[in-house]
Amino acid sequence: MSNEDDVPITIEFSGGLEILFGDQKKYSLLLPAKDESGAPANVAFLVRHLCDKVMKDPRKELFVLDDTVRPGILVLINEADWELEGEDKYEVQKDDHIMFVSTLHGG
Amino acid sequence: MVNAVDLLRQQIIACETTLRDLHGQLAEAERVQQEREKILRQKPFLSHDPLDHDMNFGIPDDFRSEVFAVLEHESSAQAASDIPAKKKWPLEKNEYTRYGRQLIMPEVGLHGQLSLKHARVLIVGVGGLGCPAAAYLVGAGVGTVGLVDGDTVEESNLHRQILHSTARVEMTKVESAIVALTSLNPNVKLVPHIGRLTPETAIATFKDYNLILDCTDTPASRYLISDTCVMLGKRLISASALRIDGQLMVLNNPPLPPGDTNGGPCYRCVFPKPPPPESVVSCGDGGILGPVVGVMGVLQALETIKLLTQPQSSSAAIDPPSLLIFSAYSNPMFRSIRLRSRKAKCAACSTQATISPSALTSGSLNYVQFCGNVGPINALTPQERISPKNFAKLRSGVNPFTGTRSSKDNHILIDTREEVQFELGSIDGSVNIPFSAIETTVPISEYSKDHDMEAGQEGWAAQLRQSEKPIFVICRRGNDSQMSVQKMKQLGLDFGGKRFIGDIRGGLEAWRKSVDAEFPDY
Ligand SMILES: [Zn+2]
Repeated sequence: MSNEDDVPITIEFSGGLEILFGDQKKYSLLLPAKDESGAPANVAFLVRHLCDKVMKDPRKELFVLDDTVRPGILVLINEADWELEGEDKYEVQKDDHIMFVSTLHGG
Repeated sequence: MVNAVDLLRQQIIACETTLRDLHGQLAEAERVQQEREKILRQKPFLSHDPLDHDMNFGIPDDFRSEVFAVLEHESSAQAASDIPAKKKWPLEKNEYTRYGRQLIMPEVGLHGQLSLKHARVLIVGVGGLGCPAAAYLVGAGVGTVGLVDGDTVEESNLHRQILHSTARVEMTKVESAIVALTSLNPNVKLVPHIGRLTPETAIATFKDYNLILDCTDTPASRYLISDTCVMLGKRLISASALRIDGQLMVLNNPPLPPGDTNGGPCYRCVFPKPPPPESVVSCGDGGILGPVVGVMGVLQALETIKLLTQPQSSSAAIDPPSLLIFSAYSNPMFRSIRLRSRKAKCAACSTQATISPSALTSGSLNYVQFCGNVGPINALTPQERISPKNFAKLRSGVNPFTGTRSSKDNHILIDTREEVQFELGSIDGSVNIPFSAIETTVPISEYSKDHDMEAGQEGWAAQLRQSEKPIFVICRRGNDSQMSVQKMKQLGLDFGGKRFIGDIRGGLEAWRKSVDAEFPDY
């Protein structure tokens, strides 16, 4: 089903989030290059895509809240906090590595 | 358990008496040894060393006694210099020996050791992170180490909280740690702060320390510690761990005043909003591997030593803020992530900060409320719940409600713990259906929109549908069991209310307390 317009990226989950995604830490993903409205795929679209197409667990509230990742999850784009890259407006590039890290509190 | 406490106190008194006794004996032995050395020097003795020969026979008596007089004077002068104002060496004699292996490293050196000696470090939480962190900092010769914790030692702490011991179960964690740390390095001043850190006490507790380690285990304490560090201008070394993962951040570094954008980010900059309470998992519920949390505590000690031994004068480039992620079963195990700088609208460290010392000390900031908490849930009606005692009676023959005879075959008992826990021990005849499988099952009504009925039958639900026996659900503490009962009813397993489905109040914890004391407590 590979499409020329799909963007190959790597997704990684850490800090227990992998439990929501079938206990799989790493995914190689082909993300549609355009979102529903035809705009270039950004991280907001990626989050929706993960939620609808990849997430195995029905407890969506443990991943998203108010259409974005819930508090307590860091989004890291190529090893940097997404705040440094424009948050969910960052346009996903070929071979990007995007990581979702849940904060831990135990000690 | 007053007896255990009294017993431990008595043991401590006995040990302290023994210790005093040993100190006395040591002083006496040292005195005797000195005397003996004095005598040896004065009394000529024969040996094959030609110098000895000269000293004993070749040198006139009066010169020999002069030499000894000088030597004697030197040694007494040195002994005296230990006490009065002007010291010959910057460190005590024993400190050169004790810290020798780190002293000879350029990263530490004399200046570094002196910085450590004059430093005051506060460790909040003396558990899985705090124990190894404290051990290394006290071992390295940090002058003053404060310890904050309100808990007592439990047996289930010992696999990871390495300062505590079997004999000290039920002692406060702070006192237990002080026993271990004192024997490790008696030169360090240890300051006990027994009790949980609160907004009212945080500023007073932190203000006399140079650097703070967050070794706690709840979101509420993490926000409180970070806010206090920002207000007081202290650097914060924050770590956490769960299961096989760990995280480490050096925050508020440099510790510039709120509003100064050159200061390092605080905990709130990185996590402006607390996570939903239902997403927070504790070590008690999720589990923790000892070495995983140990690694994180050791890394906290390492970052502390690095910061404290940095040359003061040089405005040496401060490492950009980062988050270190440790994952024990991944390859590579470590990974460093670049973090943001201070957040322009941070509630704690920006010009728009709303958190102030007065708000903190007045108690108007409620951190527990801010983070929310999931107390024991109460999702079922009393008719859907049975106490462990009544359930035991029901199994043993007489139904407490109807008076009819029954046995454990008259019903289905479902244990919703995960398989690894079920294997540790279960009630005779119970069936394991993990909560993770139950809660991820989609009701047929929703499912059948796109699929036919048959395909929608989840294995476990289909099985339960084949019987009409009442269903009892039990879990570890009595929360998951309630959610499971609701889910089973949603799935229609109660045949529209014709079949009883209920849970056992308080779970296996309550079962152990009121029915079977031998049931494994983990
Ligand atoms: Zn901040």
